[in-house]
Amino acid sequence: MTTAAGTPSDRSVLPITERYPLVGWLRRNLFSDVFNSLLTLAALAFIIVIARIFLRWVFFTAEWGVIPANFNLLMRGQYPAAEAWRLWLVIYLLGAVVGICWKLIVGQFSGAARVLIAIPFVLMLIPFFSMGSRLNLLITAVASGAGFFIAGYLPIQRRGRAAAYFLIAYLVVMLVLLRGLPGEEGPMPPVQPILWGGLLLSLLLAFFGITLSFPLGVLLALGRQSKLPAVRIMSVIYIEFIRGVPLISLLFMGQVMLQLFLPDGFPLVDRVLRALVAITLFSAAYTAENVRGGLQSIPRGQYEAAQAVGLSAYQSTIHIIMPQALRAVIPVLVGQFISLFKDTTLVALVGIFDLLGIARTIISNPDWLGTQQEVFIVVAVLFWIFSYTMSYASRRLERRLGVGER
Amino acid sequence: MAENDTAEMADNGTAEEIIICQDVCKWFGDFQALKDCNLRVQAQEVVVIIGPSGSGKSTFIRCINRLEEHQAGDIIVDGIPLTRDVRNIEQIRSETGMVFQQFNLFPHLTVLENITLAPIHVRKMRKDEARDTAMGLLNRVGIPEQADKYPGQLSGGQQQRVAIARSLAMSPKIMLFDEPTSALDPEMIKEVLDVMQELAETGMTMLVVTHEMGFAREVAHRIVFMDGGEIMEVGTPEHFFTNAQHERTKLFLSQIL
Repeated sequence: MTTAAGTPSDRSVLPITERYPLVGWLRRNLFSDVFNSLLTLAALAFIIVIARIFLRWVFFTAEWGVIPANFNLLMRGQYPAAEAWRLWLVIYLLGAVVGICWKLIVGQFSGAARVLIAIPFVLMLIPFFSMGSRLNLLITAVASGAGFFIAGYLPIQRRGRAAAYFLIAYLVVMLVLLRGLPGEEGPMPPVQPILWGGLLLSLLLAFFGITLSFPLGVLLALGRQSKLPAVRIMSVIYIEFIRGVPLISLLFMGQVMLQLFLPDGFPLVDRVLRALVAITLFSAAYTAENVRGGLQSIPRGQYEAAQAVGLSAYQSTIHIIMPQALRAVIPVLVGQFISLFKDTTLVALVGIFDLLGIARTIISNPDWLGTQQEVFIVVAVLFWIFSYTMSYASRRLERRLGVGER
Repeated sequence: MAENDTAEMADNGTAEEIIICQDVCKWFGDFQALKDCNLRVQAQEVVVIIGPSGSGKSTFIRCINRLEEHQAGDIIVDGIPLTRDVRNIEQIRSETGMVFQQFNLFPHLTVLENITLAPIHVRKMRKDEARDTAMGLLNRVGIPEQADKYPGQLSGGQQQRVAIARSLAMSPKIMLFDEPTSALDPEMIKEVLDVMQELAETGMTMLVVTHEMGFAREVAHRIVFMDGGEIMEVGTPEHFFTNAQHERTKLFLSQIL
């Protein structure tokens, strides 16, 4: 190797921008000419000024005492403190079920699994949590690890189906734990849903809103494409009616009118449930239109090929059309679900105390006057964490499903 | 040797007629795409349909498995009359394979899943059995190594061979080919035609719409010439290429050859 000095591996002869990649990047992107350099410096100065003001407020001015003092209220509303262990049990079980399903569906402990298992540990760093809560989070992390480990030894043949059963069983157990068993003296006295509140209620409304509106929306989308005029017209009327009405008016209608539509003698539907019905019906109409967009992106040849190999209309919808249509609209659907999650805050206007509703009661409490900024920032951060998680999960899912597509 | 189609039909009157089309008419709105089309295809026969574009060739074979609905006349496939009855339609479709110009593979499924889907869900075949059949068919069309790829990762010729394997997986009695090589790059046409020729040699009943005159000449038992939605002339390849009767047939052949 006599010409070693000339080979690319000898970095000393490279120009400085190539020897140090960071220098090269800075010069290309931020200091490419005089004007850009000035812009860069001006932007930097602006960022520093804003950051200083904000950080000074965060560390010296803000009265963060309001958050720990009302932390339980923000998290679970008026859910009785004596029954809070049930909520933690719900979270432990969630951790375990996530671990089990991850093992059953994905199989290995990949990158996204590291992100998932990191969530409880990151939450433990949040300064407002008590030591007890941190211990509970640690138990959750252990539960999901254990779920993942144990699921590897379960004698299960049809893994996807088993995961679905685990999820359904979890939902049932979760509802029983939240709602309690009949009998005031029993080990789990009932907790009326109107006492559920705060983040707990926001997440429950969003979760059940999404999972219930999704199948309904898919059916409506198919109905709108149906060859049967009655089905098609009903679907169109439903979708167009709901989309033409603001969610808040549906929430009010749900509170006032739902009972009128139910048969006589039907037990009084709980207020929270009435809100959930309104949210579900609202979201279903939007899901239907998004799914219809996906259905229309499927080329005619796919339907014909499915028919030609002898699949029935139902089979071709399940195996050929829907998987492709839904895949095409994942980003839109997730966007819609994120906006549904944020729209649940409107239930505060019909007297249900979700996260934002609780926040408003806290700042109107005379003891905590003048703490709007602190409370609303925490609420915003909480919403951001969950919305961003959904958006991150959707991108992972797209990449995973995008393999070999078309 | 038969000089025209009535004579030939009389000759083979005893053979099983697997497709019978009687006075089939089809309109798209005001436009009449098929005008009184009559064709009888015997089991194990290879019939090639040629004609200028827009002459109704594709519409005609798409009527046979009801991808298009004919509005007048009768179509009887393997003794089953093609009516509005969904059971009849599904039965005919499960006995009839179809290969499309644009392949129409299912892009979200692997090659193997494309082939096993219908046997598993329509024929209720066991999964491992369907898988074995599919691998056998992939061997037959010459691409067993592509089994776990997605259609988007294959060349056009490979995709079309997968599409043929997908149709064959339902063990059809009849195969319909709708311009199977028209969307392919020239160097890939042969690999698909070879597979089709082998299929013809096994005694499959085939109805092929194509512009490949070499294939028509070598493989077809009979050639059908269509123009303006009508069947103008039916005859053996020799008859067609040496002694076509109809003026429009002669004009078409002179343009294409």
